[in-house]
Formats: sequence, C-alpha cells, structure tokens
Amino acid sequence: MAGITGKDAVLTEYARKLETLDAPKGRSLTQDAMRRLVRNKAALVSIFVVLFIVLFAFVGPYFLPWTYDKIDWSGIRKPPNFEAGHFAGTDQNGRDMLARIMQGTQMSLIVAGVATLVSVFIGVCYGAIAGYFGGKVDAVMMRFVDIMYALPYILFVIILVVIFGRNPVLLFVGIGCLEWLTMARIVRGQTLSIKEREFVEAAKAGGAKPWTIIFRHIVPNLTGPVVIYATLTIPEIILTESFLSYLGLGVQEPQTSLGTLISFGSPVAETLPWMLIGPAVVLVSLLLCLTYIGDGLRDALDPKDR
Amino acid sequence: MDQTPINLLEIKDLKKTFSLTGGLFSRRLTLTALENINFNIRQGETLGIVGESGCGKSTLGRCILQLLAPDEGQVLWLGQDLTRLPAEEMRQRRADLQIIFQDPLASLNPRMTVGEIIADPLRTLRPELNKDERRARVLKTMEAVGLLPEMINRYPHEFSGGQAQRIGIARALITEPKLIVCDEPVSALDVSIQAQILNLLAELKDEFGLTLIFISHNLSVVRHVSDRILVLYLGRIVELATGDEIYEQPRHPYTRALLTAVPIPDPKLARQRNIDALKGEIPSPINPPSGCTFRTRCRFAKPFCAETRPPLETIEDGRLVACHRWREIEVPEEAVLGE
Amino acid sequence: MKEVLKVEDMSVTFELHQSEVHAVRDMNFSLAEGETLAVVGESGSGKSQAFLAIMGLLAKNGRAGGRAMMGDINLIGMPAGQLDKHRGKDIAMIFQDPMTSLNPTLKVRTQLAEVLVKHRDFDKQKATAAAIEMLERVGIPEPVKRANAYPHELSGGMRQRVMIAMALLCQPKILIADEPTTALDVTVQAQMLDLFKTLTEDFGTSLVLITHDLGVVAGVADRMMVMYGGRAVEKGTVDDLFYDPRHPYTLGLLHSTPHIAHRAARLDPIQGLPPSLEHLPKGCSFNPRCAFAFDRCLVERPPLTETGNGREKACFYEGPMAYGKVA
Repeated sequence: MAGITGKDAVLTEYARKLETLDAPKGRSLTQDAMRRLVRNKAALVSIFVVLFIVLFAFVGPYFLPWTYDKIDWSGIRKPPNFEAGHFAGTDQNGRDMLARIMQGTQMSLIVAGVATLVSVFIGVCYGAIAGYFGGKVDAVMMRFVDIMYALPYILFVIILVVIFGRNPVLLFVGIGCLEWLTMARIVRGQTLSIKEREFVEAAKAGGAKPWTIIFRHIVPNLTGPVVIYATLTIPEIILTESFLSYLGLGVQEPQTSLGTLISFGSPVAETLPWMLIGPAVVLVSLLLCLTYIGDGLRDALDPKDR
Repeated sequence: MDQTPINLLEIKDLKKTFSLTGGLFSRRLTLTALENINFNIRQGETLGIVGESGCGKSTLGRCILQLLAPDEGQVLWLGQDLTRLPAEEMRQRRADLQIIFQDPLASLNPRMTVGEIIADPLRTLRPELNKDERRARVLKTMEAVGLLPEMINRYPHEFSGGQAQRIGIARALITEPKLIVCDEPVSALDVSIQAQILNLLAELKDEFGLTLIFISHNLSVVRHVSDRILVLYLGRIVELATGDEIYEQPRHPYTRALLTAVPIPDPKLARQRNIDALKGEIPSPINPPSGCTFRTRCRFAKPFCAETRPPLETIEDGRLVACHRWREIEVPEEAVLGE
Repeated sequence: MKEVLKVEDMSVTFELHQSEVHAVRDMNFSLAEGETLAVVGESGSGKSQAFLAIMGLLAKNGRAGGRAMMGDINLIGMPAGQLDKHRGKDIAMIFQDPMTSLNPTLKVRTQLAEVLVKHRDFDKQKATAAAIEMLERVGIPEPVKRANAYPHELSGGMRQRVMIAMALLCQPKILIADEPTTALDVTVQAQMLDLFKTLTEDFGTSLVLITHDLGVVAGVADRMMVMYGGRAVEKGTVDDLFYDPRHPYTLGLLHSTPHIAHRAARLDPIQGLPPSLEHLPKGCSFNPRCAFAFDRCLVERPPLTETGNGREKACFYEGPMAYGKVA
C-alpha cells in the first residue's frame, strides 16, 4: 500500500518542518467557557471576592499583632479598638476577633476544599464506572449508593468524629467520603448519555480499552456538570461544618471555624454584636459568591447558549 | 483485482436481538433486529446496504465490526471468526476494520484537538510509534482527506459538517484498514458537500485499496458508490445483486417499490413515472408479520405468503432474493424508472 | 393567475453579541394561486428564515424588513395579536420534525379541534367531526382511532400527516412546508409528495416547499427559487432550471445530486464550503466556489435581473457553462 505506510523518516522530517510552521491553537471548550464566564459580571465580581477572602484568610494573619489563640488580659469582651490592634474587637476570653475570623475562614475553606475534592474524586470515578459498564455492575453499584443514602448521615459523622475527633482535616476527608453520593448519581446519569455518543463508539472501533474510554473520552466531557456541582458542594460542606461545630462535633478549641464563631457569637449578639457580625459577613459573602460562581459556570458551560 | 476476488468477509446466519425490558411486571419483549443474514464481501468492492429506518442496517454494520455482539452466527474475516476472537486479539484486529459515522460532529470528542482525535487509534493499535511518527502519520492522513496541516490544533466545534466528516474519515484511515464501514456518512451533510465526500471516499478507496460497506437510506447515493447492493427489510435480506441488476431488473417487490419511490432530479421523468407507492408504513420489528415480513405492504402478496417465510434463494450469478413469487412477478416492459 | 402572496424587498437580520447577521436580503417573489414554489438552498442560505419571518416566527433577536403582501395586508411587522388571526387560517406552516409542533400531552383530536374552535368558531363536536374528516382526507387510515391517540403513539409519517391535516383545517390559501419529508423514509416520502400534489389540486392551496433535495423538487414543484448566502440567485420554472440552469450554483447543485438513472464515475461537486453569513465574500457571494468567476465578480455584486421568459438570475457570466464531464 502506498500512502501512509513506510518512509517514516521522511515524514518525521515533514512533521518537524510543519512544527516550525506553527499551527494556530484552536479555542478549546474550556477556553470558550472561561470567556463566557468572564463576560458574566456577577460571576466575575464573585470570583474576585472569593479570591480576596482566600487571601484574607491565608495571608491576613501575618499582618496582625495578635494570633488567634493569644489572650489579651487587658481587653476582654471589648469592641473594636484600633490602638490595641483589635480591629474587630475581642471575645469573652480576650482573643482577637479578626485573627479568629481569619483562622476560622481558613479552616472552613480547607475543610470545604478537602471534602469537595475527595467527594469529586470518588463520585466521578464511581459514577463513570457504574454508568459505563452498566447492567449488573451498575445495578449493584447504584443500589449501594441508595443504601448509603438511606443510612442516617449524622450517625456516620458521629462515628467519624470518634475516629478523627482531634483532626478536623481528616474528619472532612471522611465527610467527603460521605458527600460523593449525589455526585456519583449525577456523573452516572451523564455517563449513560455520553457513552451512547458516536465518539465513544469511534474510540471502541479504534481499539481503546474500557479504562481508556472512561478516563480519556468520558470523564473530560463530564467537566461541565462536575464543576457546577462541585461549586455547589463547597457551600454545602461549609454549612455542614457550621452545623457540626454548632453541635460541638466540629473543630476543637482553640482552633475555630466560621460555624463555631457564629455559634459562639449568636447567643451574645445583643451585647457583643461584633462577635457575630464579623464571621457572619464573611460566611454570607462566601456562600453568596460561590452560588453566583456556580450559576455563572452553569451558564458558561451550557453549550445550548452558544 | 484478481480474476477470482477473495472474500474478505463472510457473514453466516447472523442474528441479533435486543431485549426491551418492559418494566418489572410486564412481559419482556424481544426485538429481532437481524435474522438469517448471509452474504460475502469481496476484496476491493463497495457493498451498499440500503433499507428504511429500523431495517437493521446500522446494527448490521456494528455487528460486523463487533461493536455489538451478534446473538448467533459467524463473521468470518479471511476465514477467522471474529465473534469468537478473544477481546485482546479483536482489539488488534480493529486496525483492519474501521468505521465512519453519520453525525460527523457527534463522532468527534469535543474535548480533543483534531490531531489528538485522528491519532487516537494509533495510541492503542500502534503503541510502538513515538510522538513524532504519530504526528507525521496524522499530517499525512490529513493531507490525504483534504484537511490543511494548520488545522491540527483546532477543536471539532470550529469545523463545519463536511470538514468534521473529513476528520472522521482521517481517523478511520490512520490505521491503514482494509475495510471501512461507512454508516450514512453523507446524510447529515449539505448537497454540495455530500458530493465532495462521496468523491473523496471513491478516491481514497482507489488510493488505499479499501473495501467499503456503504450503509445508507438513500438509494441514489448507494447506487452511485456501490458495486453490489444489499436490500434489507425488517432485519432480513430481501435482495442482493449488483447495482445495475438491482436497478434494471429488481426481483423483489420491495426493491421495486423502493426504486420507484426514490426522488429523481429530473422533472420530466419525475412527472411521468408511476410511483408504486407502498401502502402503509413499516410494521413494528417487535411484532413482525408472519411468513414474509413484507407481505403486509406487498402488491403481489398471496395468502400463502403469510404462512412460510420465503428462503433466501440464489438465482443467476450469485444474486440473492427472498420472495415466494419472484419467478411469477414479471419486470414490466418499460423499465421501472421510465427510461 | 391570481397572486396570493407578494414578497418585496424582504430582509431578515439577527442581532448577535456585537454584530449583525443578515440572514436574508433583497428577497422578491410572488406566489400564484394553486402553484407550488420550491425554495432550494443549503444550510445557512436563509431559506427557512425567510419564511419564518413571513409567519412572524423569528427568534427573539431577529428582525424582518420589507413587505410580504397577502392581498392588501402586510404580514411583516404585524403585531402578534393581529397576526394570530391569519396564521393557521390564511397561511400555515409545517416543519421537518412534527414532534416539535405537536403538544405531546394532548390527544390529536383535541389539538386539531382547537384550531377550528379558535379560527372558525366551531363548537367542540363539530370541530372534532371536521378534524376526523380532515385526517381521512390526508390519507390516515382509521382516522377515528388515530384521532384518539397521543402524538408519540404515531409513526413519523403519520405525525407529518397529522401536521398537514392541522395546517389544512382552515383551508389556508398558503401552506409553507419546511423540509417536510427530510426525516421520513423514502417510501413514506413518496406518499407525502403524492399527498402534496393532490392537495394543491383539490384545495387550490399554494404550496411553498423549502428543501435541499432537488429530487423532491423535480416531482412536485412548478417554479423554483435557488438561494445562496441569504439571496435568491436564480428563479424560474422547474424545467428551465433543471434542463437549462443559468447560474453556476444551480448547475453545481444539479451536478452534486446523484441520479439513480445514470451512474457517473464521479460527481462534479461545487468546490469549497458554503460561506458563513457573518463573513460573506466581497462581490458575488458565490465567487470563491465558482468555476466561471472573473474579475468583475470579485468586486461587484450581480443583481437579480430578468433574462426573459420570466426567468431571473444573479450572475454576470453569460458564456456557455459546459461543466466537467456530465453535461
């Protein structure tokens, strides 16, 4: 056969020459989506606000005179006092509120990030495998998910607290291991429809193995729903964490989190309002912005609008 | 081609059913998509497969490629039964058998660049090639199908249907296959592009010595590209003959009806001809008519057509026809299409 | 013959993010009573948008200009409320996919009767009876049974018949069919084309057949209009355009269509790709793909001009067009 066969050396040379010709880069779907996201004002502002909150939480503490666990015996339950360096006041134990908010935000972001990553990882793998293989594999895997759904969530959390009680990050790895159920269902549904698309069949005809098809052809096409659902999972986990902290199951003193701060602030909201307002503002703006980003991503990734 | 062309592929007694689960308490339904399929494909020919929707033509293409596992029967590739081949061997064999799809955009992974898409079969089927060699082959193939080298880093959504179909053809060609199944490769394209792709396929066939299976619902297109034509109705072969024989002397009443229903781009002929319009529509394949499945729409049906299924008979020169009455039904004096 | 629709200087524009796209420009044609006009073109030629504009069915970002006179009423720019009185009654449209225009939750009978109740003030019973009669006239077997079915219980051909029945209920003067047989099997397509022929004869309806398939056109239409890049490039009777095409694009289309009767070794397709409406070439839109283009075509746009015998074409080239092998 003439044509493609043989003379690979000559062809390689040809390819090299073309390499210098520099073929223009196409616009990938992700770049397209990014462009649309940036056009969305609300989402763009939200991204900046979230970035600011992240900086505030992780870099902010280095610029403060007080650390989150240091007690200022001269300033207990004091409103904001710029001379003493308590820019957001102090709590009942004389600890600087701003430092505590920063540390709390840090903690909330870390646990939310960790739990979301874990849940995305497990959910995507589990859902894609169940959806792709289908049939009995799918039936067994999804029944397991149904059973997990039916078991009381809080029971698992309490068991996790017993196991990981002293380590909030590990605790939220555990919570991530529980949060993946919905993600798995979403991914499975998407996989079921993607695997019927012709490009998957084309990959099969090209000799690709099932794992190659799942991770090279199906998973990248799940980006849209996964990213959207993940941005909605982050606030959900922040709220879960707040709820657990409120119950006293979350982060341990002197470390704190946004939920813990709010739970301490709310009973004294009338007398020491700064203890509630600070963490509440951060939490609300964080949740609001994440929701806006999620919405923006959904619009940007939805191919129908093109 | 040699004087006695070798049979590249022999299909024997192929059967494929799909089971439709009717819910927990209702009866399980079985849809027979293909039954009693027997034919050969000769090296270097183009075999057209025509039929209306639901006749099983795409299923047949996929059964040949083992993208769907047939229930019964054999698919002999140069004498080797593909249905019994272990998965790993079949995977290697896929370099020889490729496919082109109907919807050109849907058949390209939207997250991959053109270069990655075309090179994809090489990654699994020719792992010994390095990156440069792969790229060289991709560029060579792109040239062969009429794509510009600078398109290599673009994404499928930046292309029109015709160009996307060229990418699909390049992907099918890159493993240097012997046989390509073209599943409605032009029906999603505009008329002017359709003709370009048909010509391209004909050129590539000559250049690379390909054997083509050309599946389409459009009899004009099939007639244009094919050496022999296989007509399917409700999952069964009703006729197999060369394009000229089918066109000049259709033996099966269904083939005749199909021929007269094909719109011809010639106003005078179109006005003159009598359309042998079929009554009604295709029966459901879940519950096909007894005996000859075509009898419900056939002008020539007799009561006995409902009793036994007509066997697929070999008549002159390897023509196949499945009709109880093919001998009695005479081909009308004036050819079916007027002139 | 009496003229039922006269379209003058019609244009359709779509507003995109930062730009405007002209989907249809300078459209002029008239439709006589009982006549079948085929509008032929490839995707993006503006053939569907032109008629959606006449029906007032453009997408939100679309704008139509010019006039489409039905008698002495102009359909373009008519407020929706007023348009509703004519749509379905005087002018009706059917689409490629009947499922999109049928309500899946209502029985066929109810949907058909609704049209008559609305436009003709029929009472329900009378409307249902008329609906069933119409189903029978468009060739639906067992019309009573089908009338009680839901759209999804019918086959594709049957649904298209229901759509036609619905469109014909009020005996409109004009029926616009947008690729009505593209989704159907050949044998069913032949039945439908047959039905169209009888309809124009029996009801005196004028039919506009929008299609890309020249085979469909040849058997059914009286006159045809070929569109390219949003403009009509050639108009005339079907016989004139098929046997003596004067525009290179019409010729190219004919050579691209495989003909079952003569099998050529190769088709003679038009080279290149259809233009995007956003970036139409300068001069004649067809010039990059045209085998006969000369310098004038690159700078000046040929206007649609009469060439005698009621024919019109938009092309500067006057020489012979022996094209490739097939002639």
